[in-house]
Amino acid sequence: MIAEIGQLSLILALCTCALMLFIPILSIQFQNESWLRLSAPLALNQLFFACFSFVCLSLCFVFDDFSVKYVAQNSNSLLPLIYKVSAVWGAHEGSLLLWIFVLSGWTAAVAFLGANITVKFRSHVLSVLAAVSISFLLFLILTSNPFDRILPIAPEDGGDLNPLLQDFGLIVHPPLLYMGYVGLAVPFAFAVALLFSERYEKVKMSWCRPWINVSWAFLTAGITLGSWWAYYELGWGGWWFWDPVENASLMPWLVATALMHSASVSEKKGTVVSWTILLAILAFSLSLLGTFLVRSGILTSVHAFASDPERGIFLLIIFIVLVGSSLFLFALKGHHLVSKPASKGWTREFFIIMNNMLLVSITTIILIGTLYPLLSDILNLGKISVGPPYFDFFFVPTTIAIAVFMGMSVSSRWNNGNFDESLQRVVLPGFASIALGLVTVVVIDFTSSSYDFSWQALITIMVASWIVLTLCEDIVAKIRSDKLKILKNKSYLGMTLAHTGLALLILGVGLSNSYSVQSDLLMSPGKRANVAGYDFLFKELIKSDGPNYQSRKGIFEVSYNDRDQGVLIPEKRSYFSGRDIMTEAGIRTNILKDIYVSLGESVDSDSWSVRLYVKPMVRFIWIGGFLIACGGILASLNRRNVKVSSLNS
Amino acid sequence: MRKIFLIFPLILFITITIFLYKGLENDPSHLPSALIGKNLPQFELETLLDREQITDKDILLDEPFLLNVWATWCYACRLEHAMLNELATEGIIIVGLNYKDDRNLANDWLNQRGNPYLFSIFDSNGSLGFDLGVYGAPETYLVDRKGVIRHKRVGIVDEHIWLSEFQELYLSLKGQNE
Repeated sequence: MIAEIGQLSLILALCTCALMLFIPILSIQFQNESWLRLSAPLALNQLFFACFSFVCLSLCFVFDDFSVKYVAQNSNSLLPLIYKVSAVWGAHEGSLLLWIFVLSGWTAAVAFLGANITVKFRSHVLSVLAAVSISFLLFLILTSNPFDRILPIAPEDGGDLNPLLQDFGLIVHPPLLYMGYVGLAVPFAFAVALLFSERYEKVKMSWCRPWINVSWAFLTAGITLGSWWAYYELGWGGWWFWDPVENASLMPWLVATALMHSASVSEKKGTVVSWTILLAILAFSLSLLGTFLVRSGILTSVHAFASDPERGIFLLIIFIVLVGSSLFLFALKGHHLVSKPASKGWTREFFIIMNNMLLVSITTIILIGTLYPLLSDILNLGKISVGPPYFDFFFVPTTIAIAVFMGMSVSSRWNNGNFDESLQRVVLPGFASIALGLVTVVVIDFTSSSYDFSWQALITIMVASWIVLTLCEDIVAKIRSDKLKILKNKSYLGMTLAHTGLALLILGVGLSNSYSVQSDLLMSPGKRANVAGYDFLFKELIKSDGPNYQSRKGIFEVSYNDRDQGVLIPEKRSYFSGRDIMTEAGIRTNILKDIYVSLGESVDSDSWSVRLYVKPMVRFIWIGGFLIACGGILASLNRRNVKVSSLNS
Repeated sequence: MRKIFLIFPLILFITITIFLYKGLENDPSHLPSALIGKNLPQFELETLLDREQITDKDILLDEPFLLNVWATWCYACRLEHAMLNELATEGIIIVGLNYKDDRNLANDWLNQRGNPYLFSIFDSNGSLGFDLGVYGAPETYLVDRKGVIRHKRVGIVDEHIWLSEFQELYLSLKGQNE
């Protein structure tokens, strides 16, 4: 019964959206602007129905209703309650329902938090969002209904949730990532509504900007969390694999980063408007493309989702309709959005646009790398995959260039860009970062025996300090020239925080790559091994069984120069249903260094293949990512509308 | 001039879409089995029910048959079982390969759910499964009367899969027989 109510609720959500889509047309038809006021309550309705349906599916899981096919496939009676709930979005159907729930949430948020937006424009934005909702509701109801029953005979117990997903990471990673992915629908809707209105006003961009920041921040948090999850759960000790599914989330992030910056230019200066609009369309298109790539099973990946050609076709149709029509609209009406010609000289705008170009280029390169296996398969060049070397080759130099321009843009002005002045400001930070890089690397080399000189580390430290030092220089200059007010500006603070986060992220990536020491060994209980000065004693192997799995835990005592560093407990689980094997790494961390042990396979009765890692600075990757996300949220809280809205009236 | 630039993203989009559409027809998980066209690997195992010794020579039947990899721990096998029973009643010979399983549990399972298999090979440590390149249960192989593997399916065989992948090939193999 619950399942049927959930199903009905979905259909009601669809009807609500259909009405919301046509509100602007109805208002023109009846020559009555008060129709437009209906959009916001409808958005709330949609949220209610979507939420209700989501709750229904969760209840089916909680009550072990195995007559519902989706429940039977992804849960069983032994599964702990918390994983029963998170199993709701553990596979295709449920995660699409989550997609729709989140989208409804964003739509309602635009309706009620966007109170400063004119009723007409808001109604248009909501109408575009409704179109997106309709596409996905149809997709869900027609091809991937989570409420389908197995009738007449229901299985007595279910299968199991993919063990990889039975983890805290699953509970938070997908919802956060979806908040970001789906949140990009909001700037997309603003862009399309702007194209319809045929007239650009800075105030419209200022309405849109907080939404870009927030969805970008969620996307950042989701990607960061996913990478952390992969690090401790997959047992490979890596944190990024250039896997198609990872790329699918990175590409919209890169474009959204470009969008966030170019939107600030469009708002402040009224320039590069059509570029900003195009980026808004592209960012959401890439998150749709990501959904398509992941959900159609067109590419193979560690995230291995079930593939179904019928779903693939449907998603492709959604992709064509939404992206195709918006790009068509852009081609048709883009020229109406006349903006001022770009400013001349070495202004902040110039550097931001340079970085925009770099971000879009690197996205293109990742897109090519991700789709290349597909292309070569279609063109009969054989099944190949493009590996990390390709991505690293392009990504590393681009990141360095972006970091350099980033420092320059912080040190330059919006108006009257003067190259000499900017240069003057960056001389000190520039030399300081070179010095800092050299000194640190030399110190590291002298204090430790095992490390060799590393170019990578040198460049990493120089780039990261360049970012931080140019920011410091800017803050000092602001204090000196008595512009203290700007230091209270949340937008400025958010920028500082996010840029600092990026510096930490770069440090984490570069230094953990240069100075990690890894060792793959065969060990049996009682044996010792030494990695980078750390002594690992494999003390014993214990059995410990969970509610729905058997497990072996290795007890490793770690010491450094005879000082005790604690005990690491890596785990290997084998789940009853499906007999999947799962690795959970044992990690001991302080902020500067991770010691990492993961159990491989048992080779004979008592010896195991074991992977030992000492990874310095690897935590900085996630701390940096977290700061970047916080920066985005902070910047979105800025009350920027006061001045502009008076312009509007 | 400016207008031409504005059309550019649309053109790019169309190109990518065409490739994506083409890509849908390809199935990346379709890895052709190296064993197709080759004989069943050699083995010497017991049957599940009466523990008779059985080797690869013993399953050269006079008819093409299906070799179905199954196990009691495999949830999907439960879903597949009804279809196998139905195929068996249509007179199609199915040989089971009971893969990494417990003998008592497996016999109970067949008592409860019906036995579609002519007999099942009991492969408790997965040696034959390894030689066959089994990814996981269920898997189904179509083997002709000379013991040559002609088709392989990873995952459940349901009515749709049977009709689209197996039936025609099965009937033509059976036709050669007569």
